[in-house]
Amino acid sequence: MQPVAGFSQPAKAAEFPILGYHPLMRILVIEDDATVADYIVSGLRESGHTVDNADDGREGLMMATTEEYDAIVADRMLPGVDGLTIVRTLRASENHTPILVLSALGEVDDRVKGLKAGADDYLAKPFAFSELLARLDALLRRGQHEAVQVTRLQVMDLEMDLLSRVVTRSGQPIELQPREFRLLEYLMRHAGQVVTRTMLLEAVWDYHFDPQTNVIDVHISRLRAKIDKEFEQTLLHTVRGAGYRLGERPQTA
Amino acid sequence: MGLFAVSALVMLAFVYWSTIGYMSSQTDSTIEAEIKGLADTYRRGGLQSLTGLVNERMRNDPDRTMLYLFATPDYKPLGGNLPAWPEAIPAGEGWVNFPFTDNGTDSTARGRIFGVSGNLRLLVAMDIADLQATESLLMKAYLWGMALALVLALLGGALMSASVTRRIEVINQTSREIMSGRLHQRMPLKGTHDEFDQLASNLNDMLEQIDLLVESVRHVADGVAHDLRTPLTRLRSKLERLSIGPGLDASARKELDRCIDEADGLLQTFSALLRIARIEAGRHEASLVEVDLLELAADACELYQASAEDQGVTLSYEGSPVTLNGDRDLLFQALINLIDNALKYAGSGEVTLEVGKDQRSIFLSVTDQGPGLSEEDRQRVTGRFFRGADSAKISGSGLGLSLVQAVAGMHGARLELENANPGLRITMRFLADEAVG
Repeated sequence: MQPVAGFSQPAKAAEFPILGYHPLMRILVIEDDATVADYIVSGLRESGHTVDNADDGREGLMMATTEEYDAIVADRMLPGVDGLTIVRTLRASENHTPILVLSALGEVDDRVKGLKAGADDYLAKPFAFSELLARLDALLRRGQHEAVQVTRLQVMDLEMDLLSRVVTRSGQPIELQPREFRLLEYLMRHAGQVVTRTMLLEAVWDYHFDPQTNVIDVHISRLRAKIDKEFEQTLLHTVRGAGYRLGERPQTA
Repeated sequence: MGLFAVSALVMLAFVYWSTIGYMSSQTDSTIEAEIKGLADTYRRGGLQSLTGLVNERMRNDPDRTMLYLFATPDYKPLGGNLPAWPEAIPAGEGWVNFPFTDNGTDSTARGRIFGVSGNLRLLVAMDIADLQATESLLMKAYLWGMALALVLALLGGALMSASVTRRIEVINQTSREIMSGRLHQRMPLKGTHDEFDQLASNLNDMLEQIDLLVESVRHVADGVAHDLRTPLTRLRSKLERLSIGPGLDASARKELDRCIDEADGLLQTFSALLRIARIEAGRHEASLVEVDLLELAADACELYQASAEDQGVTLSYEGSPVTLNGDRDLLFQALINLIDNALKYAGSGEVTLEVGKDQRSIFLSVTDQGPGLSEEDRQRVTGRFFRGADSAKISGSGLGLSLVQAVAGMHGARLELENANPGLRITMRFLADEAVG
């Protein structure tokens, strides 16, 4: 049993939340596999978040309904109550905490079922920790400006008109291939956040896996050549070990 | 088979010799007894009684089963039922065989000479024609039996060796299948509990054992990967916090960044190992959906076009739409691993994807125009951490093809590597009865 939610140990080294990520979330992790749970929990704590951990579904559901969390990470297969039931139960009781469902690799139908049940994202095990962190961050931000229908995106002097499909930077038009347009659109919608290669592959190419190759980097560098090359300030940054981020250059202290 | 024939011969020979031996010893002891009787009579009543007895015997035996002949020392016949002293019979005592004429037919007799006083001789013999007839009959039977035994031995041997060959061939066939990668195949048992069944079941036990060992080695590897990920992730985030923290000069920061890159590389390798383990251990039947391989190839081409262009490689695909039941994401990942591999090792030229279908299988192949692989490397290439001969300058964990192999295995597909002259062609071949919906 973990201590009562909210009183778990404070993160040891939270003075420097990793740049680009949303700082200090309260996260509930419902995972029965001790090794995976430890991987997630210690990783999140290292990143400065407050984490509660439940190792079976019933306990997890109870904690999720009685406490307030910024996000929930739930395994699909759990003893007691399974992950999807937790999602359905929370949604039925008007609880809209962002939920990320974890599942074993290769269970395609789980993704569909998970999202249908009301989960916000889905991640196949095994995953890199940076992947989980980026996705949780994205979930949280989505929660913040939900339901805003936009026709124009803007990041600094980079502008995108989603209707006329025109992209300009400092007023200069930029020619983009359709795929590059979608790539940039996704990055702009997640401006300021870390976006992993897997997230890009999912959103832009509709395949769900960790590419493990530099194939996405090549597309990024082409896009970077088009939007950044002739400008003094670069917008598209590589985040070491995780992915990319569009936005202001992070200040290194 | 030879052994069987020889033992049959020995047995027949034994029957032959013991029958003949018994019969001739019967003859000998009859003559012996007769001589003894005659000698007793002679001793008691002298020559008179002896001739009387012999004459009486001859009268009572018109068929001449016993032969008698008195003769002078120079072999002049004095009386008896033999016309003349046979030639070539020595004077001494002992057993003799001699020819004689019995009512016009040639026959053979066997007998002994019995010395009477005054150097008279008495030959007592028996017609052994019957014995000889039996002997030759037996010999004939023996020869026939031998021939029959030989034929039977040959026939039985042929049948037996055919059935033995068949059963050994079954074992061979299964062994080949297992060696070609279907590790869970087992030797079929006939349920007869004979030596072959025992052999097969022993082999199966051995395979089980090997499976277990492989499994446990894999388990250890995966366990290590799993267990090391947590501390490594922790280490990485500590390094990262250090590197973005204050008070570092540029060169220290650079070193730290290099450390972080190293940690990332390790983490990625562990992830790849775990991913392969998941696929290999997986229960995936439920998640298979209809996948169009040509669409997959087209998407992969589109995704990789930019990378290929950067390397001066022409990337293209061809074929016709074919669908199978599979895991779309994993198949795509396998395909891009193959393309990635082709781009990495092929240098320049063309990389071609091909999708098609023949009577027995559906295939998806990636062909490059690189240096190809030696026969030996083609065998080893799907092993974990295999890297090509001069791969020092090429990045990668050496797990790409292991993953392809695992995905192929999960779909019941075979991975075939062949020389495309020049270059290498890697084909995922889905056998029609296993993967096609």
